[in-house]
Amino acid sequence: MSAATEGTTEAAAGRAEAAGARRETLRRFVQGDLASLRVVLGLAVIWLIFQTQNDRFLSAENLTNLMLQITAVGLISIGIVYVLLLGEIDLSVGAISGLAAAIVAVVNVKHGWNPYLAIAAGVLAGLAIGVLQGFLFSRFGVPSFVVTLAGLLAWQGALLQVLGSTGSININDPKITGLANTFYSDAVGWIVAVLVIGLYAGVVVAGHRRRVAAGLADASEGLAGQLVRLALVAAVVIVAVAVLNSDRGLPLALLILLAFVVGMEYVAKRTRFGRHVYAVGGNVEAARRAGIPIERVRIAVFGIAGTMAAIGGILAASRLLAVNQNSGGSELLLLAIAGPVIAGTSLFGGRGAVWTALLGALVIGSISNGMDLLALSSAVKFMVTGGVLLIAVIVDAIARQQRQAAGRV
Amino acid sequence: MSSNAPLLEVDGVSKRFGPVQALDRVDFEVHAGEVVGLVGDNGAGKSTLVKAIAGIHSPDGGRIRFEGREVSVSRPQDATALGIATVYQDLALCDNLDVVANLFLGMEEISPGPGRVPRQLDETQMEHRTGELLSGLSVTIPSLRSEVGTLSGGQRQQVAVARSLLGEPRVVLLDEPTAALGVAQTAQVLDLIRELREHELGVVVISHNLANVFEVADRIVVLRLGRVAGSFDAERTTEEHVVSAITGAAGNGGEGQREGSDR
Repeated sequence: MSAATEGTTEAAAGRAEAAGARRETLRRFVQGDLASLRVVLGLAVIWLIFQTQNDRFLSAENLTNLMLQITAVGLISIGIVYVLLLGEIDLSVGAISGLAAAIVAVVNVKHGWNPYLAIAAGVLAGLAIGVLQGFLFSRFGVPSFVVTLAGLLAWQGALLQVLGSTGSININDPKITGLANTFYSDAVGWIVAVLVIGLYAGVVVAGHRRRVAAGLADASEGLAGQLVRLALVAAVVIVAVAVLNSDRGLPLALLILLAFVVGMEYVAKRTRFGRHVYAVGGNVEAARRAGIPIERVRIAVFGIAGTMAAIGGILAASRLLAVNQNSGGSELLLLAIAGPVIAGTSLFGGRGAVWTALLGALVIGSISNGMDLLALSSAVKFMVTGGVLLIAVIVDAIARQQRQAAGRV
Repeated sequence: MSSNAPLLEVDGVSKRFGPVQALDRVDFEVHAGEVVGLVGDNGAGKSTLVKAIAGIHSPDGGRIRFEGREVSVSRPQDATALGIATVYQDLALCDNLDVVANLFLGMEEISPGPGRVPRQLDETQMEHRTGELLSGLSVTIPSLRSEVGTLSGGQRQQVAVARSLLGEPRVVLLDEPTAALGVAQTAQVLDLIRELREHELGVVVISHNLANVFEVADRIVVLRLGRVAGSFDAERTTEEHVVSAITGAAGNGGEGQREGSDR
């Protein structure tokens, strides 16, 4: 805020504006636009509770384990975020992740394919399945719920078929198992940290320069807020790398997850396609009249969901060192959907962000990990996770109601 | 009012939906820098006429001339390409996107320079152009980055009109722009319509609200049962005359009252 302006009227106007900005921030916090901030606070509370119950929770070893545990579900959730942004749902991502992993295992182990080729085959299978489901949904107007429910059954059947009579395949190719079991040295960790912080700072500065050049901002305007954000990001990155380095080091799996979060966030927020995804989720009719190719957007989004599911499934198989009949089954699908919703992506479409996939996976992963440390049963774990999801969805619904009440005043 | 050849000229246009003759040899024209109020009872054919011009319904007969040339408008894209923009009653805005994003929806600009490779949106340029466009229209919206869902009805209407101007049209068709707006917001929108006239655009305003029409229109065209029941110079007529043409109380007398029109 340029409070240093001369003249009392300008200063008064500046103060009124600042007060208005504070009210705006408060309103956004209440109405859910800043839902992510709420979730970060929630995560801090969860960590605090578990740490007081078991002081191993925040140890470097356990936090590293936590990161490895959330990779697969986080990757799958990235695709789910896109589907949720459209206001649709994809129930087949769990089954797709299992099937894709099985395809990788079969062609690599049984047919001796090159591991990279095998991984590509699995990812392509996920993409093809997603595109097919997206086509059925958008072309014939079948609700996505039903198309992907059918997919859930069909791809689970395909998983059993692909695995054959043995029902389980062990993976021992170091290239594939290395995805989830590679840790980098301290030096590499710090280099990555410097690169990440430098890149973020570069983006912030370049963006600010362009706004100033276009006359949209003063040289000082908003700089303080951006510096605070930069400092926060830098602090998080440095602490994370320090913690990871004091255990086994920076895991490759975490790097993969972060790379996809950043990349897909970029696609969602900074590209024409991403803008069109938000538009279709916000108001289909407006999007249609604006000339947006709605069918293509829908097919592409389900293609992304299938692809991310496949990648997540392959990471899960890499960590388990095997694919079996349960791969991609049980609660994986539900957790992958619950994560982004808990972290603030709306079930009603048009609102959310890719990084809620990471944040949501962290929340759910922390609850699960913490309760494991406390040796609580699966029964308790499921009920608590269910409760957290319910609270998150209720908060989302309330935020939506308030927006509608406030929206057209 | 301009005395040159009309910008848009509708000549004997008819449209039939099954047994209903929605438009019956309608003649109608708009000049540059002119606001035409299109009024009539429900079912008089106002919306059908606008949709015929906008390329949503292709007419069964008659001609449409644009800047003197006969044109065929069979798809909405044809109308847009000619320079005819339409703002419908249900504004078709995305509440979850900000003002800039709504304005450029479907026409997003891509960054020049290094941003071109990853197909980065040129937010700076789009925001800059949005600011220019809105201030050129004397429209003030607190923040161009606020979600459209948080704006007032009048501001939403202003955004919808501004959006239609991005393609630099010559003629703007507004369907019930003041319906469901409060007094202050209606005034905002009427000011915006006057601003469009200042920019030498041809403006067609469909409205039920005669008071509003009289406030902004230069000419008022009355449709009744699919036919033109009268064309009035807004300066030289009264609401009673227009109402009697709308209800048919004047018989076909409206035909004789084309005072001040160019025909």
